[in-house]
Amino acid sequence: MAAIADTSGEVLRAEEGSLYPALYRMEEAGWIRAEWIKKDTGRRARIYELTAAGKKQLGAEESRWQSVSLAINRVLREA
Amino acid sequence: MSLWSRISNAVRGERLNREIAEELQSHIEEAIASGRDPDEARRAFGSILRQREASHTIRVAGWLESLLADVSFGWRQLCRNKITSAAAVLSLAIGIGSCVAAFRLIDALLWRPLPISGSSKLYVLSRQMTGLYGKPIEDGYWATPNFKLMRDAVKDQADLIAISDAERMDITWSGDRAGNDDIEKAHVVYVSGNMFPLFGLEPALGRLLIPADDRGPGAGPYAVLSWDYWNHRFGRDPNVLGHSLHIGDQTLEIIGVAPSDFTGTEKGTVTDIFLPLSMNSMATEDRADWHRIFLMLKPGVNPATALEPMRQHLSAVNRAFGSACSTCYRGDTKADIERFLNQKLVFHPAGAGISELQKDYRRLLGVLGLMVALVLLIACVNVANMMTAQAAARAQEMALRISIGAGRRRLVQLILCQSALLALLASALGAFFAAWSAPFVLSLVNPPDNPARLDLPADWRVLLFGFGLIILVVLLLGLLPALRASAVRPVAALKGGEDPHSSRRLMRGAIALQVAFCCLVLFLSSLFVTSFQRLENRPLGFSTDRLLLLQTVAGKGQLPVVWNQTADSLRAAPGVDSVAISGWPLLGRIKINSDISINGAPPSPTPAFFLNVSPGWLSTMKIPLISGRDFRPEDSSPGAAIVNETFVKTFFPGQNPIGRTFSRGVDQPLNKIVGVTRDVPDHDLREPNRAVFYVPLHAIDDKSAPQTASRPVNFATFTIHTEAKNPLALAESLRQIIAQRHNSLRVSNVTTQLDLIRDQTIRERMIATLAAFFAAVALLLAGIGLYAVLNYSVLQRRREIGIRMAIGSTRAGIVRIVTVDVLLMIALGGCVGIVLGFGAARYVASLFYQVKATDADMIALPACAILLTSLVATLPAVLRALRTDPTEILRAE
Repeated sequence: MAAIADTSGEVLRAEEGSLYPALYRMEEAGWIRAEWIKKDTGRRARIYELTAAGKKQLGAEESRWQSVSLAINRVLREA
Repeated sequence: MSLWSRISNAVRGERLNREIAEELQSHIEEAIASGRDPDEARRAFGSILRQREASHTIRVAGWLESLLADVSFGWRQLCRNKITSAAAVLSLAIGIGSCVAAFRLIDALLWRPLPISGSSKLYVLSRQMTGLYGKPIEDGYWATPNFKLMRDAVKDQADLIAISDAERMDITWSGDRAGNDDIEKAHVVYVSGNMFPLFGLEPALGRLLIPADDRGPGAGPYAVLSWDYWNHRFGRDPNVLGHSLHIGDQTLEIIGVAPSDFTGTEKGTVTDIFLPLSMNSMATEDRADWHRIFLMLKPGVNPATALEPMRQHLSAVNRAFGSACSTCYRGDTKADIERFLNQKLVFHPAGAGISELQKDYRRLLGVLGLMVALVLLIACVNVANMMTAQAAARAQEMALRISIGAGRRRLVQLILCQSALLALLASALGAFFAAWSAPFVLSLVNPPDNPARLDLPADWRVLLFGFGLIILVVLLLGLLPALRASAVRPVAALKGGEDPHSSRRLMRGAIALQVAFCCLVLFLSSLFVTSFQRLENRPLGFSTDRLLLLQTVAGKGQLPVVWNQTADSLRAAPGVDSVAISGWPLLGRIKINSDISINGAPPSPTPAFFLNVSPGWLSTMKIPLISGRDFRPEDSSPGAAIVNETFVKTFFPGQNPIGRTFSRGVDQPLNKIVGVTRDVPDHDLREPNRAVFYVPLHAIDDKSAPQTASRPVNFATFTIHTEAKNPLALAESLRQIIAQRHNSLRVSNVTTQLDLIRDQTIRERMIATLAAFFAAVALLLAGIGLYAVLNYSVLQRRREIGIRMAIGSTRAGIVRIVTVDVLLMIALGGCVGIVLGFGAARYVASLFYQVKATDADMIALPACAILLTSLVATLPAVLRALRTDPTEILRAE
């Protein structure tokens, strides 16, 4: 979340906790999978990784976003 | 992963919550550990509780979670009122269990299609005609020559198949598996050679009968065993092929075993052995109507258009066959012949098989089905009442739930969950009840020597029925209370209740309904029980005490003198009081009628039945002679005859019959009446006494030379009066005595006169037992229901009763307000029940014996039972009302 906020220059801000409902939703959809691991600090943590379906979905979403934002930019420039 | 994990997460909701909390917590702790300010990290994270809730709903199947919550809530509700719930489950279980059991029986006997290909294209052919005594009858049996003509007439559109009913025959096995060539009984069925191929049946072993085996008399001495018989008689030994069995003087070779699920077309009897039609000696006789005719439509033939022309064609063939029969109508008048030929052919669908058991029990099972359905309805009404009362008590809770935002759908679900729980518990119990009771009821139908056997599988048909029943019960139980509860207006309910009478009105309607159903069940059962009692107590006119019957066969027949010698040796045995011989036993279901011609006149329209008996048979049976004498050893038939009172009334009204003569048809030798006996029921306990005459066992062909022309006797029954109370104790030793004489006489069946009479009343006994049972259950349930409703209403009106007492109402007044409307409902329900009962009784009138639905005591009996029950059920509530202490009530307010 901090990374998102930094990269976007504080334009995109969200509560850090709202990450989890989103993660769970993606997990239910089968785009990512999660695993409990034990960290060297002794604490249990859940790490997530993209599944094959998730990678495909990411590609699809990315290209969709590209085309939509491209289209919007064009429209804005025309106006 | 997704749906399954959401479902499994729903079951472990608490653990999931902990898991999510742990993950969120570890996120924050990670942030702190990486050096962020704890407060800042928490703020940036947002509300943990909210995130957890949001995550939870994502990871859980919400509908399931709420369902589980409702189920556990419903379960707690049921546990709160343990006794009421147990009573509800028990009564529903009896209702559901009996319904499923009744369905299993009805389905197995009447509906389940035969395990053959094309069962929907199978019909059975019968004819409607005028029978004895001018009664219209429907006859399903045909002569083989007639069958062949008809088969050829319609062969383009349909195949006709001849199948005889199963007959319990005496068979012996030869070779190593016979051992001591003992007679045993087997159900033998004769089938035309085309049956197995047309039914699409494949052999389990060897081959099945084919048309070539059925070419002509004696052409196919082959037998096919049923799988069941092969299994229990031979333990599925494959070496059974090639062995031979003997029936009478025929030897037949086993060629195959039929498939395991095919037990014949006669529901209720499991066939043991299939033989070709032409192996039966009756197959060539024009006059022997002995087998059924089935019709299987050819593929592509439309039954709607093809059946009627085919019926007309077959009618013409049948009529031509009947008219051509030269030997059939000796001495009959033209009108009689015309009456006989006037037959109407009909097809009935026979995909579910055809049997006498079906005919006998169709209506009985219908009534049984009605009664169990009513019992289930009564139980449902009871439980629905209970739930309505509980719902009314929970009106405030419901109002609260709605006020804080529960959806009405959710409330309906809550209550339906509870009723589904009840129904499921009840059906689990009911399944056990059904699994036990269906075979039990079937076993009631079993005469000891010829048990009815029916496949009672618990397959998808039964499961589907059970499932449908559960859904119905859930809706019956829960829907009304659920809708009422969800219609609660929170404002009114929280203020102290809306119309307090509304739920009582509903429950009073339920009382009327229950009493009506209960009355119907009681009315029917009192009819059946009375029928049975009257039948059982019908005066017999002969003794049944200590009478052993040895039904005996003699292969190719033995002369009467041999039979008499055998009787003498039985007489000499210890423990034997007297011995006599008759052609067949009384009430043994055998009847043979004979024309009666007086003074050479044409036979009268009323026939008489006859029985061959030896001298001394009348005294052994304790049938009193009114006048004349018993047979003497020198009497023979034709010659001497003894007649009963009805015979005298019919043929010699107002005359002294002793010394008069009659003949059995025109131009037949004369019989001189030597004695007159009292009437006894001869073959069917249910039928009125018929004209019966007895002739000597000693039958002769030629009167001029009585000793040389004795006719051999193929079968007869030794009637033995024993000294011991239990006549069966002597059976084995007497059977040995007969076997030791080596005169080809063999006992084929052992029974007692008492058992024969019991067999006659099996159907009545069964329906009376079951009807009495269901009547008791219905009465009990209705009583409980009445008690519960009244009790509830008194509790609810406590305040009103207290006030009324305080302002001076008399005790009688209190009793009146508590009971008057309930009594009205009972009266209303009772009337409706009786009216329904009249309708139902009309449908089953054929099952009654000397009982009419309109008999006053038939109506009085259920009415009294209902009144008594309602009295007992109302008493506690009335007492509770009277014990109400006004001061206490008013103080509590």
